[in-house]
Amino acid sequence: MEENTILVKENLSDVVVKFIVYKPLIAASAKAGQFVILRGREGGERVPVTLVDWDKEKGTITVIIQAIGKSTSMFNSFKQGEKFLNIAGPLGTPVEIKNYGTVAVVGGGVGIAEVYPIARAFKEAGNRVIAVLGARTKDLLILEKEMTDLCDKTVSTTDDGSYGMKGMVTDAIQKLHDEGEKINAGFIIGPIPMMKFTSRLMDKLGMEPHASLNPIMLDGTGMCGCCRVTVEGKVRFACVDGPMFPSKTIDFDELIRRTSEYRPLEAQSLQLYEKDHVCKCGLH
Amino acid sequence: MPNPSAPRHNGKQLDPEVRKHNFEEVAQIFTKEEALAEADRCLHCKNARCQANCPVGVQIPDFIALLKEGKVGEAASKIMETSLLPAICGRVCPQEKHCEGNCILKDRFGSVNIGMLERYTADTARKEGLLKAPQTAAPTGKKVACIGSGPSSIAAAAELARAGHEVTVFEALHAFGGVLRYGIPSFRLPREVIDHEIETVKSMGVKFVTDVLVGATEKIADLLKQFDAIYVGSGAGLPTMTGIPGENAVGVYSANEFLTRVNLMQAYKFPETDTPIQVGKHVAVLGGGNSAMDAARCAMRLGPDTVTIAYRRSAAEMPARAAEVEHAKEEGVRFEYLVTPKEVVTDERGHVAGLKCTRNELGAPDEKGRRRPVEIPGSEFVMPVDTIIVAIGQKPNPIIAKTTPELKTTDRGVLALDEEGKTTLPGVYAGGDIIRGGATVLLAMKDGIEAARRINAYLKEGK
Repeated sequence: MEENTILVKENLSDVVVKFIVYKPLIAASAKAGQFVILRGREGGERVPVTLVDWDKEKGTITVIIQAIGKSTSMFNSFKQGEKFLNIAGPLGTPVEIKNYGTVAVVGGGVGIAEVYPIARAFKEAGNRVIAVLGARTKDLLILEKEMTDLCDKTVSTTDDGSYGMKGMVTDAIQKLHDEGEKINAGFIIGPIPMMKFTSRLMDKLGMEPHASLNPIMLDGTGMCGCCRVTVEGKVRFACVDGPMFPSKTIDFDELIRRTSEYRPLEAQSLQLYEKDHVCKCGLH
Repeated sequence: MPNPSAPRHNGKQLDPEVRKHNFEEVAQIFTKEEALAEADRCLHCKNARCQANCPVGVQIPDFIALLKEGKVGEAASKIMETSLLPAICGRVCPQEKHCEGNCILKDRFGSVNIGMLERYTADTARKEGLLKAPQTAAPTGKKVACIGSGPSSIAAAAELARAGHEVTVFEALHAFGGVLRYGIPSFRLPREVIDHEIETVKSMGVKFVTDVLVGATEKIADLLKQFDAIYVGSGAGLPTMTGIPGENAVGVYSANEFLTRVNLMQAYKFPETDTPIQVGKHVAVLGGGNSAMDAARCAMRLGPDTVTIAYRRSAAEMPARAAEVEHAKEEGVRFEYLVTPKEVVTDERGHVAGLKCTRNELGAPDEKGRRRPVEIPGSEFVMPVDTIIVAIGQKPNPIIAKTTPELKTTDRGVLALDEEGKTTLPGVYAGGDIIRGGATVLLAMKDGIEAARRINAYLKEGK
């Protein structure tokens, strides 16, 4: 078997695809909270993607990709049997797993998949684990069954009320608190505004929040400094010092500004891709 | 008879007005006539000072003599007896500090243009199919891993392969060459020159692997189970920032980021390539070294109105290679000497809107003998820029040291070596920027070659 080969491709929604890929060296050493960098073609960008699962015995890693720009759309057009051009990892500092008592894992959208291995590691370390899952609508609420099977309690929310509790993850966390649930620490992965407001609320409720940051990266090894973020007033590199950081003092507004830097160019790139691309993903 | 008093040939350069809009190589190769005439200026000194001052000991008078006789292939082989990467050294070595700086003709008639002759020899031998990789010794059965594929590691790998060991080079990124690939722009070092030199090393049997970040993908301890010795040449992959307020504003790049986008990711070809880059109308580059010149000249090629190098000392103290400063000036890069950045001014969207600086005068020399900049009170001013590139230096990437407790580092964060050039872990050697913290391609190569010889001795004698 050749490295980087896609063994399983599963469409989780119109824009979200799960890949199981053969990459034994990464599977052998991956830990919860780490990521890989993918490249799809010559001239292609280096795209950081969270590891959602890995299997040492089979030598496989699992990633879940949401098509947002050109590169992620291209990845999601790859078929079973095809290969990623490059996969580097596992990158980043693993989440420190210890027994906090009760841990809440909070996932928004694809962040649900990304927070899953963290939930599993905390569970294995003897924590009571509560999952709070959020999505815009029912179809985008992924991995709910797996989370329910794993965690001691799972609360799902949708913005439009098409499934579970209508509202945001913050509403669910407030409700858990009001019901007397004592949460010692929170680990949040999702869109930046969601992580910002969830961190703020959890801090207010004394829940020791952490958030996994997704700034723009290039090499992913600490070499370029493109992913610098401000945590507790200090500049940190998300690729090596994170991506998970204690989040009550993260400068999320700075992160939003820095991740928006190339938005017009990214839109241009996607537009050109969609114009030329003959879809082979079977969805369109 | 040699003709030392003939004027030094400097070769031709692309017209600055043309080249500042493209990424093609600036310095053009010597014509055969230029090469022979320049070779004819060499006196072939007996105790040649040029050779004695070459970090890798290139046999300069001998290769020039062969070149003069028209034996280009043999001249290339002569260089390659001590330096495997002549096409690269000929282009990026600071010759004025080493060979040419010590040429006997320097003060009277001007040094022999050794850099251009080395490059001519390497490029011509390659083009004519006369470039031969050195012979390798009979296989020893020993395996050596080289970490990183920059100049230090490649030089070590070639030297180790020559001794008959089975060598594997591990690169963290998706392309080989390290700083040659991500740092040095193609208008100074064309990408195919890097490719060719790596092909030469591959042809000696060295295996090259991408996407392995040692310390993450595999630890040093894992590699020690598979290899008899390790050379760590992982470079200075950690940018130094200024720490001034506003440095995380949108529009502030580290030189590493800026150069990596342009050189490794080829962002100047966007949207043909997928990694974007943008500069505004007015770019400031902080620093006075080669990275600062490279960043300024890359920025110039992306089409802003002005690019200004802001350096805290004066022209005399600038560490950059003289030719790069000259080329930058020709291309319209401006120089603001004796300024210290104090704060990045931002607009309401968090974008760079200016750079607050103070002016300096030169004070007493520091420990390296360079005069220290001293701030002039009340000299504060704002440079009206919208893009800032911080090129004030690099430090060793800490990943390997952090994941290998047995490897000791100094207080500067570089790997600690004993007097025999060994790290604190048996079988593990190191060189280049991981022990120097940010030096030149040539010194990195020198370290690689010397460490390889120590590894050869270690594998032979088991000590």
